[in-house]
Amino acid sequence: MMKLANYMAAIDGTNHTPAIDPEEIEILGAYVSDMLSDVMGSAKPDQVWITIMKHLNVIAVASMTGVPAIILAKGNVPDAAVCDKALEESICIISSKLSTFELSGILYSMLKA
Amino acid sequence: MAEYRFFADGFEERVSDYLSNKPEADVELEFAVPEKDFNTAGKGSSELKNLLKRLGVDSEILRRIAVASYEAEINVAAHSQGGVMKSAVHDELIHVSFIDSGPGIGDIEQAMVPGFSTADDLVRELGFGAGLGLPNIKKNSDAMRIVSQEGGSTTLEFLIFF
Repeated sequence: MMKLANYMAAIDGTNHTPAIDPEEIEILGAYVSDMLSDVMGSAKPDQVWITIMKHLNVIAVASMTGVPAIILAKGNVPDAAVCDKALEESICIISSKLSTFELSGILYSMLKA
Repeated sequence: MAEYRFFADGFEERVSDYLSNKPEADVELEFAVPEKDFNTAGKGSSELKNLLKRLGVDSEILRRIAVASYEAEINVAAHSQGGVMKSAVHDELIHVSFIDSGPGIGDIEQAMVPGFSTADDLVRELGFGAGLGLPNIKKNSDAMRIVSQEGGSTTLEFLIFF
């Protein structure tokens, strides 16, 4: 288990849902996909979801799947309506300039360390 | 008319008991699922999830119900001319039905194959249309049934025990 806050610092991430504290979220891994049904079929509640998708349905998918946080790659920033919906569903959204590959690699090495 | 039935291991008898007793539901919910409206699709699943959470349903079972019903709502919005989602909450199970106004599924066995999809570009741009919706519903359900009339309505229903 690792605190989401530690990962956020390592990827120089920005929290778009500041009312949700990444110190409070513990993660065991990630699921990496841009296909929403793939995420619903395979992501687990103790994983972050790394993606470039940032529309409203992404929040619904995270909520139904029980994923606590979404990491947006390549500097993708969500609209205010998406952030509001995420807050309503208690899902943390963090964006980072890094690519999906780099985001996954960093998390993998931190969890293996 | 074509029909597809699925029972998870060990559930066939419990399901047929339920269907033959036809008990009255403790709570019933109904939501419209309009065609190609991907913001409205999901409202029914979200309300259902909130209700079941308040009723104290186990979180893993809740996750299975939420995923199956959201996939089904997205299917109705993506592939039909619109429909309704009806949920019946019982003591020991939930029964969720999706009834659309057509145009029916040509080949249900093919639609069940993971990766097979007839989704259009709009649906694919949103990240749906991977051909995993029906397999995900099956994977998360204790029983599932699809009845479809080519050129007519499709009904998909699933049962999940608490």
